[in-house]
Amino acid sequence: MNSEERLIYMANQIATNLATDAAPVAAVADHIQAFWDPRMKRMIFAHGTDGLSPVAAAAIRLLADAQNGG
Amino acid sequence: MTYQPQKDFGTPESRSDAAVSLTIDGREVTVPAGTSVMRAAAEQGTSIPKLCATDSVKSYGSCRLCLVEIDGRRGTPASCTTQVEPGMVVRTQTPQLAKLRKGVMELYISDHPLDCLTCAANGDCELQDQAGAVGLRDVRYDVQATHLGQEKDHSNPYFDFDPSKCIACSRCIRACDEVQGTLALTMEGRGWDSKISAGFASDNFMGSECVSCGACVQACPTATLVEKKVVEVGTPERSVVTTCAYCGVGCTFRAEMRGEQLVRMVPYKDGKANRGHSCVKGRFAWGYAQHQERILKPMIRKSINDPWRAVEWDEAFAYTASELKRISAKYGRNALGGITSSRCTNEETFLVQKLVRAGFGNNNVDTCARVCHSPTGYGLKTTFGTSAGTQDFDSVEDSDVILIIGANPTDGHPVFASRMKRRLRGQDGRPGAKLIVIDPRRTDIVRSPHIEAQHHLPLRPGTNVAVLTAMAHVIVTEGLADEAFIRERCDWDEYSHWAEFVSQARNSPENLQPVTLVDAEDLRAAARLYATGGNGAIYYGLGVTEHSQGSSTVMAIANLAMATGNIGRSGVGVNPLRGQNNVQGACDMGSFPHELAGYRHISDHDARSLFEKDWGVTLDPEPGLRIPNMLDAAVDGVFKALYCQGEDILQSDPNTAHVSAGLAAMECVIVHDLFLNETANYAHIFLPGSTFLEKNGTFTNAERRIQPVRKVMTPMNGLEDWEVTQRLAQAMGLDWNYSHPSEIMDEIARLTPTFAGVSFARLDALGSLQWPVTADAPDGSPIMHIDGFVRGKGKFVVTDYVPTDEKTGPRFPLLLTTGRILSQYNVGAQTRRTENVAWHPEDLLEIHPVDAEDRGVKSGDWVKLASRAGETTLRANVTDRVAPGVVYTTFHHAVTQANVVTTDYSDWATNCPEYKVTAVQISASNGPTEWQEEYEAFSARARRVESGIAAE
Ligand code: SF4
Ligand code: SF4
Ligand code: SF4
Ligand code: FES
Repeated sequence: MNSEERLIYMANQIATNLATDAAPVAAVADHIQAFWDPRMKRMIFAHGTDGLSPVAAAAIRLLADAQNGG
Repeated sequence: MTYQPQKDFGTPESRSDAAVSLTIDGREVTVPAGTSVMRAAAEQGTSIPKLCATDSVKSYGSCRLCLVEIDGRRGTPASCTTQVEPGMVVRTQTPQLAKLRKGVMELYISDHPLDCLTCAANGDCELQDQAGAVGLRDVRYDVQATHLGQEKDHSNPYFDFDPSKCIACSRCIRACDEVQGTLALTMEGRGWDSKISAGFASDNFMGSECVSCGACVQACPTATLVEKKVVEVGTPERSVVTTCAYCGVGCTFRAEMRGEQLVRMVPYKDGKANRGHSCVKGRFAWGYAQHQERILKPMIRKSINDPWRAVEWDEAFAYTASELKRISAKYGRNALGGITSSRCTNEETFLVQKLVRAGFGNNNVDTCARVCHSPTGYGLKTTFGTSAGTQDFDSVEDSDVILIIGANPTDGHPVFASRMKRRLRGQDGRPGAKLIVIDPRRTDIVRSPHIEAQHHLPLRPGTNVAVLTAMAHVIVTEGLADEAFIRERCDWDEYSHWAEFVSQARNSPENLQPVTLVDAEDLRAAARLYATGGNGAIYYGLGVTEHSQGSSTVMAIANLAMATGNIGRSGVGVNPLRGQNNVQGACDMGSFPHELAGYRHISDHDARSLFEKDWGVTLDPEPGLRIPNMLDAAVDGVFKALYCQGEDILQSDPNTAHVSAGLAAMECVIVHDLFLNETANYAHIFLPGSTFLEKNGTFTNAERRIQPVRKVMTPMNGLEDWEVTQRLAQAMGLDWNYSHPSEIMDEIARLTPTFAGVSFARLDALGSLQWPVTADAPDGSPIMHIDGFVRGKGKFVVTDYVPTDEKTGPRFPLLLTTGRILSQYNVGAQTRRTENVAWHPEDLLEIHPVDAEDRGVKSGDWVKLASRAGETTLRANVTDRVAPGVVYTTFHHAVTQANVVTTDYSDWATNCPEYKVTAVQISASNGPTEWQEEYEAFSARARRVESGIAAE
C-alpha cells in the first residue's frame, strides 16, 4: 500500500467502525479532523472520493468544504 | 544512612477496624483486632525473639522462641500465634522465658555450621541476631551432624541454596505459597531431618516450578537462601527507595548499595503497588545496567554505511542541532519529529514532547504506547472521559468475579498476578473470587495451584468485540443490567440505543459461535456470572488493544462494566494492565500528537494558550503525525529527521520492512538509548542514555500511581536523560534552565489540572500519589468515577463487530498471535543482557499437535513462519495450550524478528498495530531465512565503530 492507498483504507475503516453511530458522517469527519495531520488531510482532499465508501466520501466532502469555507 | 533492613513486625497487619487495648511489659498499646501479640509488641517497639515468623506470611508457631507469659494463662504461649485480647497483660522478658529461649537457641545452633565470620549473611542473619538477643554464650550439646555438609544448589542464576544452614523454619515455603502463589517448595522429612526441596528430591531450583521471584530468599532468616550478589560483593551498607523500571506494576524497591555498587534490589514492604513482593525482573535482572555493551559516549556518522565515530557531548549537541536546523530550513518544520519513551521518566517524556512542540514547531510527537495502549486512551476517554484504569491494585481484594481478557498477568504483570491469585485462592475462610478468562491461549492463570477458572473462553483471535457483544446480549436480554445505576450515572438514551443493538438476534452467543468459536452456553454462563456474581472487575491487556478493533474492544469492555454497575467503588472497574513501566505516564505527559499533557486536544484553544503563555511560543493547533504516519511520510520523502528516545521501533513496530524503509529514507535519525539497538542500525546520531538507577524522576504505573525514581549512582555516560534533552534544546536555541527534574514536575503540575497537587516534596512525604491530585483530592484518587464519570454521564458506544481484513486462506491458513513471557521484557534489550536468558534463550513457536502433525513438525524442529508481509524461522514447541488453527510466539529476540511477519493493519481509531492477528503458514525449515542472514550481516556492518566493532 502506498500512502494514498493507506489513507483511503483508513478512511473506509473508520467509516465502517462508526457506521452504528447516530450520525456517522459527522462522526467520521470529526475523527479525521481530530487525528489526521494536515498533510494527510490535504492528500485525501486532493485525491477526492474515489475508492471511498459512501459515508467516508461524505465525511471527506464535509471536511473539505469546512476547510475551504473557513 | 547506614544499612538497616526494613523492620519486621513478625506477623501480617490486621485489616480489622475494631481496636483492642492490652498491656505489654507494663505499657499499654492499642492495635486492630486480629493482631498477634508479637506484632502488637513490635508496634510498641518491643522485639520478641523469633525465628519462624516474618510479617510477609502467616505465623506457623514452630520454633518456640517467641514464648511469652500472659496473666491468667497457663504455660508460655507463642506470641506469633496468639491474638491480642482486650485487657491482656503480657510479659516478654522474665528469667523463666530467658531460660526457655536459650534452650531453644542452643538446639538450633548445635545443628548449624559455626562459620559466621565467613558466611555471606554475616551481620544480616536472624539466627545470629537471635542468639545474641537471648544471650546465648555456649552450647551444651555436641554439634550434631544431621544436616551439615550437604551439597549446595547453585542452579538458579541469582541465588544459592545451602541446605546445611537451613533451620527448617518453613518461612520460604510459606512465602512461595502465600506471597508468590507458585507453591514450588515443600518440606521433606521430619524434625532435624527435615529439608526444604524445590519439588521432587531430584529437583534443583532451576528444574522446578520456581519462577525466581525471590520471595523465599527475602523470607529466609539465615544464609540458606541468599543472593549470589551478596556472596560476591558482601552485605549492603546503605539503601535508597526507588521504583522498578520494567513493567507497569511499578514495584517499589530498596536499592541496597555498597558504595556506588548495587548489591541487591529488595522489594519494599511499604510499596503500595507491590506490598513487599517482586518478580524476577525487578528483583534480579538489573545486570544490564552495567553491561559492557552499554554505549557511554555520543557517536555520529554521515551515512549509515559509515562506521560510528565517538565524539564529546559538546560536539554531539552542536552537530545534532545543526542537522535539525538544516533539515528544518530545507524541508520545512514538519519534516521533524520525535518519539518519547514509556521507559523513561515523566519528566523526560514531558521534555521530549516539549522539544518537539516548542522547538521543532510542530506536533509530530508520538510514543511507543501507540503500539500498545493507544486504544485504551481512545476507548476510555470516549466512554468514561479519561484515559486510565479506574482502580488501584488493592481493589482486587474486594472483587468477587475477576474477568481477564487478552492479558497474561502471571507472565506480563507477575506481582499483580500474585495478588490476584491470592484473592482467587481465597483466604482465612473467605472463598476465593471466581475467574473468567477470555484468551485464545490457555494461559497459566486458567489453571494453577488451587486456582481453576470457572470459564475459559478460547476465542478465535480477532473476535474480541463479537464475544463482548454476545456477553452484553445475554446481560441485556436476560434482564441482568443494573438499570438503577445506568439511569443515575449514564446517558439513558445512549444506553437504550446500545441495548437495542446488542439485543438483536444477530448478536446472540449462538449466532456468533461460528465466528468466535466460543461455546454459546459457556459464554452465557460467563456473562451471567460477571453480571450477578457480586463485585466484577475486568483486567485487560494487549490482547485487547493490538487489534484492528482495539479501540472498539476497550469501549465494549467499558459498556459491560457500566451496564452491570461495576464502576466507582472498590472491587470493580476496568483496568488496563500496562506493558512497560511508564506507559501510563507517557500518555499522561502529552506524548500523543493530538494531545497536550492531561489529555487535552491540541485544538482546544484554552489548553493551548495555557502552554503557549508558559512556554512563550505559538503552538500548531493541528494534530501531528503518529509513528506509522511518520514512516509513511518518510517513504514519501517529506519526513526527514527523528529524535527517538528509549525506543527500538525497528524491533517493536509491525512490518519491519516498512519501518526500515521509512528509517532509511530519513536524513537524520537520532537514537537516544543505552545500547546500539536495532533502530540504531539506521541512525546517524547516537546519544547514550542513562538507566533508572542513574537518574531522578517519576514513573506512573498502571493504577495511575506516580512514584519516585531515585538516583543511586552517577550516570556512566555523565548525563541523566533529561539533561541530554535539555542540552539538545539549548543547542537549538531554546532557553531551558531546569536544574532538577522536580522543576519539570512543577511545570507539569502548573499546566495539567489532574497533576495540580503533585510535587517531589509531596511524593517524598507520601511515597506515591495516584492522579487526579487536585484541591478536591489532595492525597490523590485510588478509585475513579466514584460519584460521577469524569466526562459527566457515562457514554455507551455501540461497537459492531467488524472482521479484520487480515484473513486466513489456503496460502496462510493459521492465525499467529504474539505475547510475552515472565523472564523477558518487551524487545528484550535489557533482559537479554542478564542471566534471565537462562529461562528463555530463544523465541519459540507454539503450535497445536494436530497442526504440527499435518506439517510433520515436532517440538524443537526449525520451522519457517511466513505471512503476506514476510517470513522468519524459529523453533517449534508443540502444545495444546493453543487451539488448533492458532500459533503463538513471543518477540523478545532480535534474531527472530517476529515483526518481519506482522502486517501493517491497525486499529481503526488509533493505528495501534494489529499484532495479535496475522495469517501465516508454517513449514519445515533447516535454518535462518535469507532475510535473517542478510539482516545479521547488515547489522554487524551498521554497528561498526571507528576503533573497532561494537558487538551487540
Ligand atoms: S523464588 Fe519465588 S517461586 Fe521460586 S521458590 Fe522462591 S518463592 Fe517460590
Ligand atoms: S531455607 Fe531458610 S526460610 Fe526456608 S526453612 Fe530453611 S532457613 Fe527457613
Ligand atoms: S512486576 Fe513489574 S514492576 Fe514489579 S518487579 Fe516485576 S517487572 Fe518490576
Ligand atoms: S516465631 Fe513464634 S513460634 Fe517461631
